[in-house]
Amino acid sequence: MLSYLLRRLVLVIPTLLGVAVLTFFMLRVMPGDVVELKLRGDGVPVTEATLQAERARLGLDKPLVAQFGDWMAGLVTFDLGTSMWTGKPVAQEIAGRLPVTLQVAIMATIIAILIAIPLGTLSALYRDSWIDYAVRVVAIAGLAVPSFWLGMLFILMLLSVFAWLPPIGYVSIFEDPVANLSQLIWPALAVGYRYSAVSTRMMRSAVLEVMREDYIRTARAKGLFPRLIIERHALRNAMLPVITVIGLEFAFLIGGLVVTEQVFNLNGIGKLFVETVSRGDYTMIQALVMLVAIIFIIVNLVIDLLYAVLDPRIRLG
Amino acid sequence: MRLLTGALLAGVASCLLAAGAVAQTPKKGGELIFAVTAEPPNYDCHANTSFAFVHPVIPHYSTLLTFSGADYPKIVGDLAESWTVSDDGKTYTFKLFDGVKFHDGSSLTSADVKASYDRIINPPDGVVSARKATFSDVSSVEAPDAHTVVFHLSNPNASMLQYFASPFNCIYSAAKLKENPKYPETNIMGSGAFTFVEHVNGSSWTGKRFDGYFRKDRPYLDGYKAVFMKSGNVVNALRGNQIMAEFRGRTPAEAEQLMSAMGDKVTKSESPWIVSIIIVFNTQKKPFDDARVRRALSLAIDRYLGAQALQNISLLRHVGGLQRPGAEFALTPEELEKLPGFGHDIAKSREEAKRLLKEAGVENLSFKLTNRNVAEPYTPAGVFAIDQWRQIGVTVEHQQLETKLWQAALSSGNFDVAIDFSSEFLDDPSSQFAKYVTKDLSPIAYADHHNTELDKLYEQQMRATSPAKRKELTKQFEEIELTEAYSVPLLWWHRIIVNDAKLKGWNITPSHYLDQSLVDVWLDQ
Repeated sequence: MLSYLLRRLVLVIPTLLGVAVLTFFMLRVMPGDVVELKLRGDGVPVTEATLQAERARLGLDKPLVAQFGDWMAGLVTFDLGTSMWTGKPVAQEIAGRLPVTLQVAIMATIIAILIAIPLGTLSALYRDSWIDYAVRVVAIAGLAVPSFWLGMLFILMLLSVFAWLPPIGYVSIFEDPVANLSQLIWPALAVGYRYSAVSTRMMRSAVLEVMREDYIRTARAKGLFPRLIIERHALRNAMLPVITVIGLEFAFLIGGLVVTEQVFNLNGIGKLFVETVSRGDYTMIQALVMLVAIIFIIVNLVIDLLYAVLDPRIRLG
Repeated sequence: MRLLTGALLAGVASCLLAAGAVAQTPKKGGELIFAVTAEPPNYDCHANTSFAFVHPVIPHYSTLLTFSGADYPKIVGDLAESWTVSDDGKTYTFKLFDGVKFHDGSSLTSADVKASYDRIINPPDGVVSARKATFSDVSSVEAPDAHTVVFHLSNPNASMLQYFASPFNCIYSAAKLKENPKYPETNIMGSGAFTFVEHVNGSSWTGKRFDGYFRKDRPYLDGYKAVFMKSGNVVNALRGNQIMAEFRGRTPAEAEQLMSAMGDKVTKSESPWIVSIIIVFNTQKKPFDDARVRRALSLAIDRYLGAQALQNISLLRHVGGLQRPGAEFALTPEELEKLPGFGHDIAKSREEAKRLLKEAGVENLSFKLTNRNVAEPYTPAGVFAIDQWRQIGVTVEHQQLETKLWQAALSSGNFDVAIDFSSEFLDDPSSQFAKYVTKDLSPIAYADHHNTELDKLYEQQMRATSPAKRKELTKQFEEIELTEAYSVPLLWWHRIIVNDAKLKGWNITPSHYLDQSLVDVWLDQ
């Protein structure tokens, strides 16, 4: 197990290097100039000399290879550099936003699990009954409805029915749990519903698959209680593909809450992503892509480790 | 008659209401929460150009002069108690108020004004000054005593007094600048009515009352909080009482939505806006190097009908030339309608347009219109222009780009025809012509044309010391530019502000950059 873990961690290095190279050079191919947008964005006739001076200050006048070298040197010393737009340390900008996105992602995941596992199991166990149809309708609706649209409906409902909107401005859950939850529960519900729809369908098909296995038939034949069969044998095995989906969806949420964060005016990573891409803030985009890549790598590793825990037949190493 | 009586009664009623409003005694206290639909990149007034900077940051600072919010375009003193301009227009002398303090308790003197303007005019290495060119006529700044500042100009400049009233020319502490010229990029330390509390990146900006503010009994507010949000969230935020104001502007549909949902809980203010949509022809590309083609495309547009129709669905409302209609040096409607593209007989104009295209050998003209993918009002502007050109047989593909790419296309000349905008804090020909002179004089003249006569007129109007002479020169400039049609205005914007009715003491002006110090703002609660 330890050697497997070490091998996976070593493999992270070339993966991240590949991501870094691709991100850096692909960004430079894109047209647009952060300096021009920052200084001439409002139509002010800022001179070319001023633009050049600012480009030089940001290191944008150096050859690409030198810029890449500077960035890589920073990365290995955990220095993500400063934002080309705000001039503030990138790490500081991300640190201010990550808790919001992380909390919404965690809450959405919990909501998704709470909905998907019971509903998916019920749907499979009562296949082709009204329960199955009802669950499938709910799941398909969840897939069809974009999270941001559901979020907009929540906002309109809260405004029209209660003349109330969630508070603006993030407050940590440790500081004021009521304010925190009353702000973040709505985006978590909007995202969690779609997320649960994917997982419910996966859960249903996994349980159906497992229930046809020989060991389930054997368990039934030896007279085990149905509840025990489901809890001890079926669910545990059916969880493997569901965990993969849940893990990947979670990783996706870290950088993928783009529109939902805009709808709820949340100051998260998704909103930051959109803003930095539209500004062409290279250092910030690079750091965000690296962050998402690292999260995907970690989540994949955790999923692989969980496989071994859930299914003893899988041996890592 | 009944209509006239009704109008008179309404007039009397509104006068009484206005009188009532004037008679209200301002109340102290409360925190104003308002939305800003973008976020400032850094904290330095001298490097910034956007309203996103002005709205949250300007309440911390003072400037030499300022525009009167209640009486635009009147210029009043902010730090300057009085000022004089020499007869030759080359020396400006300002007397500063006594007893002005910075937020750290130190006194503000003429040395601070000199240091701040020196930084704008000759920025040290690594410091960005967005208005260096604006003050290029200033040859030196002197501080003969603690309360006197003298600006010496190498040439008279008709716009100079207005430039001193720019909200971006914040006065910094000379001592702080001496320690570190880049200090204002990351720190807020001014002499404005509010001190800095915090900036939560991507979320909010907070200020609180400065008890040492030099104007007695001001400000009224205890503090303010600027919340950064997307424009699309503002209406809901106002309806949900999350915010009380947004000072840039709402669309007619949003204003209507707010008025019908909130009734007398909100107030609506309107004003023509010193912002216009411009159509830029790339004169370095064929066939737009031919004045006949450009003029034909301008002639084809029925601006009067467009203004009538588009004002219901967008911010576009006014027909004007290169300057805001109604402004001091703007062309009168009678002068304007004689110019190509501004006549009232659209059938005649379009016949002329077709003839010009035929004469230029491009009867079946087709091109790409490069626009930015900002819905309001760029999309309706683009769609309208394309429809107008279709009526003379011109086929246009609408290419809407993300702002960064659109800006890159304009700067690199990688476009046929583009939608651009002009946005200023003042009605000043020198500023408003920046998109219409040649690139030799202005880097944002994206048509990239060459016309020495235009540049000469631009220079002359800037140096004109008599308003009548300046008016004559700017009229000539507009006539030449609009006839040559290098870049032509499509329509001018209209500013609509809907704020919580409790908000008092704020005045709408034709610019969203002005009157944002919040000094006189109070809450009726």
